[in-house]
Amino acid sequence: LQGFKPPKSGDVTDFGLGPMHAAFPNGHFPTGAVHEVLSSTAEGAAASVGFIGGLVGALMRGGGAVLWIGAGGVSGGGGMSMGGGGGMNGAGKLGGAGMAMGGRRRVFPMALTNFGIEPDRVVFVELARQKDMLWVMEEALKCEGLAAVIGEIPEIGFTASRRLQLAVEKSRVTGFLLRDQPRSLGVNACVARWRVSPLASEPEAGLPGVGFPRWNVELLKIRNGRPGVWAFEWAGGRFRALEEAVGVAEVSPMAGESRGLRVGLALAGGLEMSGAGARLASGATKLSEEKRKAG
Amino acid sequence: MMGRFVTIWFPLLTTDWFALRRPELRGIPFVLAVKDHGRMVISAADRLALGQGIPPGMPVADARALLPELQVVDDKPGLAARLLTALAEWCIRFTPIAGVDPPQGLVLDVSGCTHLWGGEETYLKEIVTRLQTAGYAVRAAMADTVGAAWALTRYGGPAGAGLGGGGGLTIIGSGDRGMGVGAMIIRGGAEQGATLLKLPPEALRLEPEVVDRLHRLGLRTIGSFAGMQRSALRRRFGPGLLLRLDQALGLEAETIEPVRMPALYQEWLPCLEPIMTATGIEIALQRLLETLCNRLQKEAKGLRSAIFSCYRVDGKQQQLTIGTNRATHNTTHLVKLFEPQIATIEPDLGIELFTLEAPTVEDAPAVQETLFSGSTGLDNSHIAELLDKITGRFGSGSIQRWLPDERHWPERSIKPATSLQEKPTTPWRTDRPRPIHLLPRPELIEVTAPIPDYPPMLFRYKDQLHTIAKADGPERIEREWWLDQGPHRDYYTVEDEAGQRYWLFRSGHYTEEQKPQWFIHGFFA
Repeated sequence: LQGFKPPKSGDVTDFGLGPMHAAFPNGHFPTGAVHEVLSSTAEGAAASVGFIGGLVGALMRGGGAVLWIGAGGVSGGGGMSMGGGGGMNGAGKLGGAGMAMGGRRRVFPMALTNFGIEPDRVVFVELARQKDMLWVMEEALKCEGLAAVIGEIPEIGFTASRRLQLAVEKSRVTGFLLRDQPRSLGVNACVARWRVSPLASEPEAGLPGVGFPRWNVELLKIRNGRPGVWAFEWAGGRFRALEEAVGVAEVSPMAGESRGLRVGLALAGGLEMSGAGARLASGATKLSEEKRKAG
Repeated sequence: MMGRFVTIWFPLLTTDWFALRRPELRGIPFVLAVKDHGRMVISAADRLALGQGIPPGMPVADARALLPELQVVDDKPGLAARLLTALAEWCIRFTPIAGVDPPQGLVLDVSGCTHLWGGEETYLKEIVTRLQTAGYAVRAAMADTVGAAWALTRYGGPAGAGLGGGGGLTIIGSGDRGMGVGAMIIRGGAEQGATLLKLPPEALRLEPEVVDRLHRLGLRTIGSFAGMQRSALRRRFGPGLLLRLDQALGLEAETIEPVRMPALYQEWLPCLEPIMTATGIEIALQRLLETLCNRLQKEAKGLRSAIFSCYRVDGKQQQLTIGTNRATHNTTHLVKLFEPQIATIEPDLGIELFTLEAPTVEDAPAVQETLFSGSTGLDNSHIAELLDKITGRFGSGSIQRWLPDERHWPERSIKPATSLQEKPTTPWRTDRPRPIHLLPRPELIEVTAPIPDYPPMLFRYKDQLHTIAKADGPERIEREWWLDQGPHRDYYTVEDEAGQRYWLFRSGHYTEEQKPQWFIHGFFA
């Protein structure tokens, strides 16, 4: 398990991910690393924030603070054009005092409480340019005082991700890259690649209405671990693994990724076990995810 | 010990300025004139015009009769005051306390400054030479009191040291040292008194009537009445004379009102040679920060903002400003904050003086360095330093922290925190479902909904049709009527058949004539 030290006892954060822990190196969620979370729709992005929120909430349990880097300004539209400009008369004058106005959906701090995060311990940094966001992300990951750093940065290249990885190796801060509608999915040095999509909720027996949020969590890539698919429900402030697993949900490599070299399952596993470091350093071989049934 | 003061007199301040700005006026007699009661009156005359016997106050017509080739230029109102303030600010490079003494003078408190220039003679000579090189007629004097220096500037010195030619730098009590400048230094104590007593009473900054009366009584030097009974002097000439006499002799204290208040926390670094390189500026900044931070650390304080000023040889001044999120006296961190800005300084011909001041200083108890920093909260100094770096690069508007606000509408229910330390005054509400992603403005959707207040069955958003499978609501959120009028909102949490969750609302009630509009306002996780 190159590059992974088993965490000291007492130093382990319990994320409550249940059966998923078997997929991680040493059986622990890799903290002190950079994770990337993909999403292709607005709903998927919200689900990603929810899932990551649960993980960050666990990381913040000791009273830590979090830096949340988001796209701000006018140029951060990301394709979210204003829908009902003409219909605003009916709703009257909105906002103004509250959130800064831009064309983009933003994390609503009020809702972070659901995921065990105290919103006043989150510092939001809003920047217009992606390059600046990556700079802040790197500087933040170097800062040992933070519990986690979340960056809503869709595009990241290999070099940039390597820089982030080098920063966390020293500081042991956990970083999350929320990549909403990325244009390209090249190789990068992130320790894990996730995709979270919403699942239909199940209200408690016989009750009407919407139940606790449920997600289909795909672990597409994990260094020194085993990718897979799980379903979770966020109930009562903790993750609950759903046994009637939705393993049939398709884990399709996203567009652009399928061009990579396809390696057999056994070979892929072997490579991942032995030469993850070398593979990353060279960046020459690209392993695409295999379709894989859960369980 | 008493202080040392320098007074500078610009006998031809405004005409010198005009001659500098308009070269065609050099070498010819000219006067400045203002309108007064329908005629032009001379307000200032240059050296040549004065030599021809044209004093300020004479009507222009009379002057023209005396000197037909006289040039008349319109005076600018308030010019002298502005010039003096600018000159006083320029003098800040010599002393932090530089004051204006209208109409034609400056007063500098130079106590403890002269050794930086290698002594009083070189110091005063430097000031006078620089001002004369700039093109101003100048007389300056240094003494133990403002009054004595003032008297000496206007009325002291060797005969002929007046307006006509530059007198020598005279060190009274140590013999003459002709140095070709109109500057005088009095060594303190008895010599100062003795020199002062020989001067005429005008030298005491008295009112014209008092001076007049003194002359009529035959009291032509200060010495002739300084020894008189004080009660007699007060009775005949009023308390002003005694005050001025005491101020000149150093029996009464006199304060200067500086043009710029010297900051409490300020460090200076004059350079022998002008600095022109970025490395040189960095070294200067480093040294200033070290001195200032050492002092702050000893006093258990930290700075919240700092101004680094560079005084250039050509009289221009450049500044860098930084702010911090937390009071700090960490030199390395502060250097990093300044570093990206150093490239913006234009040294031009060189920088001769660096100053660093800390206008805002707060208590920052020195914390013991810990080997393992346990806390990762917002009070961690690493986070404050990180945020300083971000602020320094992108401006303070890029960083936000939110606190709960007791307002109805979701977009108003949070407010920006003013500082890193500010705590929420009310707890965060968790009793109501709120979406993780909120649209900055609700967006209009088309819905099919049963009346009167059921959740929609279908809705179309961005050309995509969503069939609603589950729904919660409504949660009515009223408009804050004390702020604006309009319909309320009825919010529904809905989930479509694909399991995607949305926050929708209906704006207002169903009415006879109009159907209410529906909006999407957020996405649930």
